[in-house]
Amino acid sequence: MTPDIGIAIGNILLFTFLVVTAIAILRLRNLFAVVMLAGVFSLLSASLFVALDAVDVAFTEAAVGAGISTVLMLGTLALTTREEKKPSHSAFLPILVCVIAGAALIYGTLDMPPFGSPDTPVQQHVAPEYIARTPIETGVPNIVTAILASYRGYDTLGETAVIFTAGVGVLLLLGASGRRKRNGKSGEE
Amino acid sequence: MEHHSILRVVSKMLIPPIILFALYVQLHGDYGPGGGFQAGVVFSVAFILYGLVFGVDAMTRVPPPRLLHVFAGVGVLIYAGTGIVTMLLGDAFLGYDVLADDPVHGQEWGILAVEAGVGITVAAVMMSIFVAFVSHTPPIEDEDR
Repeated sequence: MTPDIGIAIGNILLFTFLVVTAIAILRLRNLFAVVMLAGVFSLLSASLFVALDAVDVAFTEAAVGAGISTVLMLGTLALTTREEKKPSHSAFLPILVCVIAGAALIYGTLDMPPFGSPDTPVQQHVAPEYIARTPIETGVPNIVTAILASYRGYDTLGETAVIFTAGVGVLLLLGASGRRKRNGKSGEE
Repeated sequence: MEHHSILRVVSKMLIPPIILFALYVQLHGDYGPGGGFQAGVVFSVAFILYGLVFGVDAMTRVPPPRLLHVFAGVGVLIYAGTGIVTMLLGDAFLGYDVLADDPVHGQEWGILAVEAGVGITVAAVMMSIFVAFVSHTPPIEDEDR
């Protein structure tokens, strides 16, 4: 039982930090601090994913959520402003909506199978098939990679195209020629 | 950032291991956590860190934005091209079995190829977005903090 208690304490600590960070993000008006805390939030989420044995997801969350997003948000801050404006209306309605939605979600968890239970429909459907066939058909030890790149290769091709499209979208919005403009300016000086 | 000696030295020391780690994740995705997506992000982070510390102009001397834009497309083309190659070899689109004599080896080659495509696109897009954001921003002055 001791390792279970250790894991439980770890999870409770991580979730406590997560909630504290979220409340701090809500309360703060300084957006620089908010961006940094959002990075902390991502890193805590990544730790939780590690605790759930989802290392691939944790890796992505740490690299993208805590790393790249933070940098891009800082870049956005530099383009816009560092202080959040005071809201002009009362927060009563948003809080009501959040409380109702949160209560509905918590009510939904009452029907969920016990955490980590192996005989849920999710675990019984295609997962055993993948686990049985991956070593024979692909010889790839990391089943996640085999599913992403081989069994669901179409999905991943679509995701790669989405990333490409996202890049094109940002470049169209911000202007890929931003650098050239600045060079032009420095040329005039 | 001329006088941030510690930041400059530490980031210079960190960049080579970051790139090495990215290549490790890229090529080791079959065996450990991660794959093309994570490797691409980590790879771009090395350049973005350099850009943050030494300025975006110094960073874009290595990968000029134009080259990044080209590579963003090249990655997708490598991925889709792998599918077309497997079609030409007589299997379905992205059916890697035909890429080698042995289906298992074919799968390994195919996964390696498409992961390379993912990694190239992700790294190029992340760096392009960073450059696009930062190019519009006046360099941060120290008294600003």
